[in-house]
Amino acid sequence: MPQQLLHRLLLVIPTIVGIVALTFFLIRLAPGDPILLLAGEHGVSAERYAELQQQFGFDQPLFIQFAGYLWQVLNGNLGQSVVTQTPVLEEFSNLFPATLELALVAIIMAVLIAIPAGVLAAVKRNTVIDHSITAVSLVGYSMPIFWWALLLILLFSVNLGWMPVAGRLNFIYDIESVTGFMLIDTLIANDHDAFFDAVHHLILPAIVLATIPLAVITRMTRSSMLEVLKQDYIRTARAKGLSEFSVIFKHALRNALIPVITVIGLQTSILMTGAILTETIFSWPGIGKWLLEAVYRRDYPVVQGGVLLIAGLVILVNTVVDLLYVLINPSLRQQK
Amino acid sequence: MLFNPHLTAMLLLSSMLCSMQVAIASTLVYCSEGSPETFNPQLSTSGTTFDASSRQLYNRLLEFKPGTTEIIPGLAQRWEASGDGLEYTFHLRPNVSFHSTEYFTPSRFFNADDVLFSFNRQRDTSNPWYTVSGGVYKYFNDMGFNKLIKDVVKLDENIVKIVLKNPDSTFLSNLAMDFSSILSKQYADEMMIAETPEKLDLKPVGTGPFMFVKYEKDAFIRYQAHPAYWKGMEELDKLVFAITVDPSVRYARLRTGECHVMAYPLPTDIKSMMKNPAIKVAEQPGLNTAYWAFNTSKAPFDNVLVRQAMNYAINRQAILDVIYKGTGSIASSVIPPTIWNWKGPENDYVYNPDRAKKILENAGFAEGFEIDIWAMPVQRPYNPNAKKMATLIQQDLEKIGIKANVVTYEWGTYLKKSRQGEHQTILLGWTGDNGDPDNFFSPLLSCAAAETGNNRSFWCNKQFNDLISLARIEPDMQKRKKLYKRAEVIFKQDAPWVTIAHSVRFQPYLSNVQGLKIDPFGGIYFSGVSLK
Repeated sequence: MPQQLLHRLLLVIPTIVGIVALTFFLIRLAPGDPILLLAGEHGVSAERYAELQQQFGFDQPLFIQFAGYLWQVLNGNLGQSVVTQTPVLEEFSNLFPATLELALVAIIMAVLIAIPAGVLAAVKRNTVIDHSITAVSLVGYSMPIFWWALLLILLFSVNLGWMPVAGRLNFIYDIESVTGFMLIDTLIANDHDAFFDAVHHLILPAIVLATIPLAVITRMTRSSMLEVLKQDYIRTARAKGLSEFSVIFKHALRNALIPVITVIGLQTSILMTGAILTETIFSWPGIGKWLLEAVYRRDYPVVQGGVLLIAGLVILVNTVVDLLYVLINPSLRQQK
Repeated sequence: MLFNPHLTAMLLLSSMLCSMQVAIASTLVYCSEGSPETFNPQLSTSGTTFDASSRQLYNRLLEFKPGTTEIIPGLAQRWEASGDGLEYTFHLRPNVSFHSTEYFTPSRFFNADDVLFSFNRQRDTSNPWYTVSGGVYKYFNDMGFNKLIKDVVKLDENIVKIVLKNPDSTFLSNLAMDFSSILSKQYADEMMIAETPEKLDLKPVGTGPFMFVKYEKDAFIRYQAHPAYWKGMEELDKLVFAITVDPSVRYARLRTGECHVMAYPLPTDIKSMMKNPAIKVAEQPGLNTAYWAFNTSKAPFDNVLVRQAMNYAINRQAILDVIYKGTGSIASSVIPPTIWNWKGPENDYVYNPDRAKKILENAGFAEGFEIDIWAMPVQRPYNPNAKKMATLIQQDLEKIGIKANVVTYEWGTYLKKSRQGEHQTILLGWTGDNGDPDNFFSPLLSCAAAETGNNRSFWCNKQFNDLISLARIEPDMQKRKKLYKRAEVIFKQDAPWVTIAHSVRFQPYLSNVQGLKIDPFGGIYFSGVSLK
C-alpha cells in the first residue's frame, strides 16, 4: 500500500511538467497577442508595444521564456495577470471557493439521488420504475444545460418566485469573505438569515450542475448492480436466507460501487474545473468563466497558472479516488 | 407571563421584514453586463468600465447636464478662454472632498495638483505614473489630447490654465468625458511610496457621489454614498452592481426584483417589459451608429464602384425590421439625429439591387466574387445581433451574384485583427462620447485614424479630411455644420461604409426607482436616483 502510494505520487511529477509545457506552448500557438488585446479598440504605439513586450518578458526566445516560467513555478510564483495586474494565485484563490462550493454541493446532491435510484432501477429491472429512472437519466444526460437552467429560472424564480434568479447571496447581506465559501462565511459571520439565503441561492445552480453527473452515476450504478446481482455469491447469500436488504446493500452494492466511485471521482474533477455555462447563467463568480476569458484575452500567465492549478487538483482527486478504490475493494488490497 | 410562541415568531418575523425593508429601501441594485477592466477610466475605452468607475466615483472639470449633451460646471466652477482659443483658465471649486475609505484618508481638499496629476499621467511619457497598469491611455490619445495639450499650468491652489497647441472646438466637450476624470494626487503619492502604484487604479478614490467599497470579479461591485459629496449626499445609501452577463437572466432578475435597474435589454424583451406594470422602460434615440465598413486597402473594395454597389445592394429596412424590431432607425448619416438635430445628406443610397448589379458589371465584376463579412460576437448598443445582420447582408449580396462568408472572432481578437486591417468587410458601430459630430468623424474616418486602424475602412480622403479638420477648429456652430455637411457628401460618394442604423436606447427599471435619467451617451449615472 505505501509502495503504491509512492508510485502514484512519483507519477505526478512528470504529469505536472507535461501539463506546464503543453499549456505554455499551446496558448502561444494560438493566434492573438495579449498586449494588443489589452490595448483595446484604440491600439498602442510601436515603442510602447516594445516596452510592454519587455515588461512581460515576451521579447525573449520561447525556450528561455519557458525555462524562466518553470523556475518561477518551482519557486511558487505563478506570475501576474496581464489584464488586471493581479497575481494569478490571488485571482484563483478568490474565485476557486465559489466553484468548489457549487461543485461539492452538486456532486453530493447527485450521489445522494443517483445511487439509490440506480440500485432501485437494477433491483426492479424491466419494471415501470426501471424504465422511468432510465428514461429520466437519459433525458438528464442529453439536456442542453443552458436551456435547462433558463427553464428552471423561469419556473422557480420568475413564475413561482421560490428561488433567487442568480448570484450567491442577496445584496442586503454584506458578508466578509474569510474562506470564500459562502455557506461557511455566513456561519462565521453568525448571520443565519444570510446562511439560509446562501443555501437558497445554491439550489438551482446545484441542480443544473448535478444533472449530468446524476444521470451518469445512476446509469453506472444500475449497470454495475445488474452485473453484480448475477454473480454466484449473491445467489449464495440469498440461499443462506439473508434478508433482501442485506443482500442488496451489504453484498451487492458494496461490490457494485467500485466502478461507480471511479465515475464519481471523474465527475467531481470535471465539476471542479469550473462549469462555464452554469457559472455564466447564474452569475456565479467561478474559475470556469475566469479561465475562458483569459484564453480569449490571451492572458498567458492566467491560462498557464490556472490550468496548472486545476490540473494539480484533478490529479489530487484522482489519486484520492485510486486510494479509495483500494480501500473499498479488499481483493485489490490483498493483491498488493 | 405566559410565553406565546406564535406571537414571538410573528414579532420576530415582522421585525426581520422591517429591517430588510429598511436595508432594501436604501440599496439600489443595478444588473450590469460585465466586469470592469479597471477602476481608472483613464485606462479604458469600455462603457462597462466607465459605468463602474467615472460615472459613479469621479468628477471632471466640466460635466454633461444629466440626460443631455449640454456642458455644465463640474470641479471647475467657471472658466475663460483666451481670444485665440489657445488658453483656457479654470477656476476650481473649493472645499471638494475626496472619498475617505478604509484604505485612504485624505488630509486636504481637491486642488490644482490633482488636475495636473490627472492630465500629466496621461500626456507626459516621462511621468513616473505613465507606465503604471500597462500605461495605455487610449481615449486621451484618440481624442487627440496628447497632441493638443501643450501645457497644464498651476496658477494657484485653485486656478489651472490649460494651454493648447491649436484651437479646438471640441476641447471643452472632451474635458467632460470619462478619461478626463480627476484622481487624487495625495492618494497616488501614498501608493507610490508604498510601492503599490497599481492600487490607484484598482482601489479607486474620487470626488464623486459614491465611494468604492468592495469588488468581487464577475460577481458584484459595492458602493456607498459619499457623505461629504460637494453636491450633497445621495439619497441612496448603497449601490450594488450585480454583474450578470446574460441579458435574459438580467431581465429575470429585474422581474423578480433582484435588481432595480438593468443594462442592455434584448430588443425581443422590450414589448413584454412595457406590458409589465412593475417595470418602466425609458427610451431615447441612441447616440450611436451601426455600420458596415469596407477595407479600402484591399481588392475589390479599393474600387469605389464596388463600394457603391454594396450600398445599393443592402436592404436596410429589412435589417431594421428583423434585427432591431422597431427599436432603430435607418442611418442615412454617420452621426445620429440626436447630435445637433442632424439630417443625413441627400446623396444617401436607396435599396436598388438592379442598380447594384449594373454598377458591378461596369466595374468589371459581372461574374460576381466572394467576400468575407466579419460579424461581432457580442451584442452592442448599436447592434443587437451582428451575426444575424451578416446573414441578411449575405442574402442581399447573393441576389447580385456575390458569395459572402460570415466570419467571427472573440470580441477582443475581433477588434485587434480588424485594427490591423485583416478583414475585408466588417460590421461595427460607435457610441458617441461627447455629443460633438467630430467625435464620430475624427476617430472613425480621419486619415489619422486610418493609421491607427480605428478607421476600419482605412479610407483616407484628403478633401474629406481637410473639411473635418477645419470644422474641428471652427468655433461657430453654423459654420461647422456646413463643413460637416460638405464632408458627408464626399463620404457618401466615396462610400467607405454602408451606414446601417441608429438604435433606440432602452433603459428598463422598476417603477419604484425615481430620478433615473436616461443618458444619451449610453452610460448610467446613479447620482440623483432614489427608491420610493
